[in-house]
Amino acid sequence: MSNTVITANKLTKRFGDFVAVDQISFDVHKGEIFGFLGANGAGKTTAMRMLCGLLFPSSGEATVAGFDVFKENEKIKKSIGYMSQKFSLYEDLTVKENMEFYGGIYHMTDKYIKEKTAYILNHLHLEKEGNVLVKSLPPGWKQKLAFSVAIFHEPGIVFLDEPTGGVDPVTRREFWNMIYEASERGTTIFVTTHYMDEAEYCSRVSIMVDGRIDALDTPGNLKKYHNASSMDEVFLQLARKARRSE
Amino acid sequence: MRTLKFLLRKEFRQIFRDPAILRLILIMPVIQLLILPWAADYEIKKIKLAVVDHDHSEYSRKLINKITSAGYFILTDYSSSYEQSLEKIEYDKADLVLQIPSHFEKELVKENEAKLFMAINAINGVKANLGGAYLRTIIQDYNREVRMEWIQLPKFSPEVQIEVASSNWFNPLMNYKYFMVPGILVILLTMVGTNLTAINIVKEKEIGTIEQINVTPIKKYHFILGKLIPFWIMGLFVLTIGLTIARLAYGIIPAGSFLTIYVFAAVYLLAVLGLGLLISTYSVNQQQSMLLSFFLMMIFILLGGLYTSIDSMPEWAKWITRFNPVSYFIEVMRMVVLKGSSLADIKFHLFKVFGFAVVFISWAIFSYHKRS
Repeated sequence: MSNTVITANKLTKRFGDFVAVDQISFDVHKGEIFGFLGANGAGKTTAMRMLCGLLFPSSGEATVAGFDVFKENEKIKKSIGYMSQKFSLYEDLTVKENMEFYGGIYHMTDKYIKEKTAYILNHLHLEKEGNVLVKSLPPGWKQKLAFSVAIFHEPGIVFLDEPTGGVDPVTRREFWNMIYEASERGTTIFVTTHYMDEAEYCSRVSIMVDGRIDALDTPGNLKKYHNASSMDEVFLQLARKARRSE
Repeated sequence: MRTLKFLLRKEFRQIFRDPAILRLILIMPVIQLLILPWAADYEIKKIKLAVVDHDHSEYSRKLINKITSAGYFILTDYSSSYEQSLEKIEYDKADLVLQIPSHFEKELVKENEAKLFMAINAINGVKANLGGAYLRTIIQDYNREVRMEWIQLPKFSPEVQIEVASSNWFNPLMNYKYFMVPGILVILLTMVGTNLTAINIVKEKEIGTIEQINVTPIKKYHFILGKLIPFWIMGLFVLTIGLTIARLAYGIIPAGSFLTIYVFAAVYLLAVLGLGLLISTYSVNQQQSMLLSFFLMMIFILLGGLYTSIDSMPEWAKWITRFNPVSYFIEVMRMVVLKGSSLADIKFHLFKVFGFAVVFISWAIFSYHKRS
């Protein structure tokens, strides 16, 4: 149990008659990179939003960092980081100001915020851009910055919703290096994506089709089981069954 | 408290970096207060008058002369056919037609009685009403003058006449600017307060930053206070600009104290900002929030007592004005600026507006959910 940081048991979300997430069950272990795959409209984001305490589940059970998603959603928020699909740093604040703001909200001390900001800027080779407004940065940098801000307060778990959407392959590679680094420090990563090459980087992968989890295993086992040479093939085999699209 | 500090710092940085907001709070009050009071005039002047004179007598000329010299009317047409002048009304060349029948002078002299006919273009109700009333007064005046010429007045007039002498209290010269400027300032404060708050939060919804905030352990009231305080300060700043312009441009110095105005405005702004918050929680994007606040502003302004007197509204409309915070502030502004009312005089207004603030803000906090 101590090794499990996220549990979901028949977690469901209905919007009227539409079942966006249909009784999904899974466990995520501490420190792993858990890939959440699925076509557009499969229900990935909805599931993630329920776990982050942004959306009220319709039924089922789930805990994040040991807290119940129904009742203890505000406690969950202290232990997680979240990077949404939409870029959501303040564009009219500078890089440093964004870090200061989010650090401050998570009750970090001024001194620590300063140290951490300096460390991250150095690490991302953005020392010169510290006082530049975020809106004037290129998209790839923004994405890396958003990830750094999402884990600025050093959460145990971080949720990434399609973090590499619309980013060039080089930056995607760099981004995944950052994810690995965070994972090595013991952060659990919960990431949605529809790039199948990224799925190969994950410790375990779940594939959602029409609101249900159709497969959940390590990339290696999934390929073996479906008799496929790549995750792409596995995904196509499963996704072909999908009845709904966007 | 520390969270609030970070929220406020962020909010002020954004405000000072947004040229649109700075323009809105600096230039809008200046322009509106410098231009609107000159245009929003209650007095009706330049009423276009067409006269159909069938008589062409000395008396008819005297009458026309008297009317045109009063200063309210412009003689745009002088003809001898009623159809022709009616046409003038159709082409908007005349607001009023005065028809003087033939034998006007003869009948006046012989029969001691004469009839005139007035046709009024009632498309502009205010103009028609006042124009007709002015003309009637002038004709009555003329009537008296004619009589005076004819009759040797006995010591006591046979007719009982009541003359009314009036003096205008609180605004002796009936300067309507004293009346309009404080009212316009209230509208300004209301629009700035509501719109800035509503748009600010909805903008965070649109660009997605609010989701990032919602996923933090931030307290709801911290977030809302972080939004309210900056715009509350902005509102008081706009009020200060407005009062300065009122003084410099129109020489309006409140008869009451500035403290009374600021205390009331401070509470009023809470109500207005609360309304802005409320609009933002019910809107998904900036268009929606703009439409919603425009809708409310129209009602607030038209039923606020700025342009039309609340006392003369029908009962149901009066009832609505009781739920209009604008009407309270306009009344208070006029009371303090013109009458010199003190805090004690406006305490009921203050309580009511405080009630609005409590309701709007708690409603906004209640309906703002970090989780949907």
